Amino acid sequence: MVSEFILRAALAGIGVALVAAPLGCFVVWRRMAYFGDTMAHSALLVAAAAIAFDIDATLGVFVVSVLVALALLALERRGGLATDTLLGLLSHSALAVGLVVMGFMTGLRLDLFGYLFGDILAVGTNDLILIWGGGAMILAVLLWIWRPLLVATVAPDVAAAEGMNPARQRLIFMLLLAGVIAIAMKIVGILLITALLIIPAAAARRLSRTPEMMAVMAAGIGALAVAGGLGAAVAADTPAGPTIVVAALVLFLIGLIPWHGKAAEHG
Amino acid sequence: MPQTARAIGRDSAPNTAGGVLFRAKGIGVQRSGDWLIKGVDLTINPGEIVTLIGPNGSGKTTTAKVVLGLLQPDAGQIERAPGLRVGYVPQRLSIDDTLPFTVKRLMTMTGPADDDAISRALTRAGVGHLADAAVQRLSGGEFQRALMARAILRRPDLLVLDEPVQGVDFAGEVALYELIRNIRDELGCGILLVSHDLHFVMAETDRVLCLNHHVCCAGTPQSVAADPEYRRLFGPRAVEALALYQHHHDHAHGPDGEVIPLESRDPAAHSHGDGAVCRLDHAHEHDHGHYGRSHNPDDIDPIDPAGATDGQ
Repeated sequence: MVSEFILRAALAGIGVALVAAPLGCFVVWRRMAYFGDTMAHSALLVAAAAIAFDIDATLGVFVVSVLVALALLALERRGGLATDTLLGLLSHSALAVGLVVMGFMTGLRLDLFGYLFGDILAVGTNDLILIWGGGAMILAVLLWIWRPLLVATVAPDVAAAEGMNPARQRLIFMLLLAGVIAIAMKIVGILLITALLIIPAAAARRLSRTPEMMAVMAAGIGALAVAGGLGAAVAADTPAGPTIVVAALVLFLIGLIPWHGKAAEHG
Repeated sequence: MPQTARAIGRDSAPNTAGGVLFRAKGIGVQRSGDWLIKGVDLTINPGEIVTLIGPNGSGKTTTAKVVLGLLQPDAGQIERAPGLRVGYVPQRLSIDDTLPFTVKRLMTMTGPADDDAISRALTRAGVGHLADAAVQRLSGGEFQRALMARAILRRPDLLVLDEPVQGVDFAGEVALYELIRNIRDELGCGILLVSHDLHFVMAETDRVLCLNHHVCCAGTPQSVAADPEYRRLFGPRAVEALALYQHHHDHAHGPDGEVIPLESRDPAAHSHGDGAVCRLDHAHEHDHGHYGRSHNPDDIDPIDPAGATDGQ
């Protein structure tokens, strides 16, 4: 007796998790967790505009995330400020400006909460089409650039010296990340998108021997976290987005327990 | 002797026999108004080992990056053999611990290869037993060997090695240079070696380029060592080191001047020869302690009285 809206929510959440987790592996490998955060936080500005003009925010979030990523790359190249300083500056400024702008719009507090923490139970059929359609496209591109992106992650100079184009792989990766942020925003909200990217990846690390295995494991763990978190949220009447993140955290913690076989194997 | 080695290299070079691999004329690289390098001429032929030496910050890495195509020069011309296959062995890769990445995986990083070829290349480089080890767990020397195995697998026309012996102990250093020489002899590729280490590099090298933002001097190890510019830059002690070195060179190439591969050498003679050089050079290391650091003449001070006594 699962109601239709919960089924839709589960399908949407799992769809996002299956895309976010493999991409999240690269976020972890490239040490870009904070970078993803910054891109996501900038989405709040778009959300404010979307609420004001009553339009769908997805495309706007994608575009603004890409712009922020490009701005970050340009600022990084110019030098002067350390990357983490730059990221903190942009990330929190974007969040603060978004909140201030939203403060001018009266009667939108509930919408604001939805953008910050997600509103997975309000997912409609159109959202599902967007998530699975967009997600499939993102995964297809990721699969297509997998090897060069991995080389660009591991040894960008070697890749460039041996005739590959790591800068292009990085740009494509940014676009994919922006795409995931745009489709994940409704599910877990702006503040928690990075969690859906990196926690399943971190949980999968200890269970994996190859990069590919880690991506697949992360996708599985992400989907499991969505299913478990959603179930717990419905049962305990807690906010769904944060509960999903808590479920992912629990899976990560379970993975930390050194069970006998694994411990023996590692000596 | 270098001539002999070059001839052997050319015979086994498949694609680029006779042609110049890379030529740079008067290249300069500018950063915020300063010339990191200026007026550098550099030619690399197949089967030839060219060594870049110079103090820290003298533009060695900048020059190597131009050769690799990672940096575009702001002045001068570069010329690359068409279809040039480049192999690059960097000092270190920063691979995050969260990435499960084995040595075997490193081998197929930029292109597929069959398991047989991979294990042969790894064994050739002396790290066959590390195929399934995580790259993050390798020591400096093991990592360099793994990267060289990758280079062997790729069969490059031009191999660029950036300070390959940094962080490697002395015995490992001897062995790594032996491996580099063997790669050259087998593949017939041109090798550009960036080094801060005078004594060892110079033994196997055909040409030395001494950089200090510009080319101070260039030529065979012997002619560079005799160059007053070189003596001015590195001090008289460096020339002493070179003398030891040539001694090692003779031994490594056999008494009749032929290049003798490592495997075919008499094991007893080999270990004896290397051991003798090791001892001499090791004492020398301790005696002024610039190993792995700089060659600024000011830095060459006795740091270990016992070692210094041994070395004299």
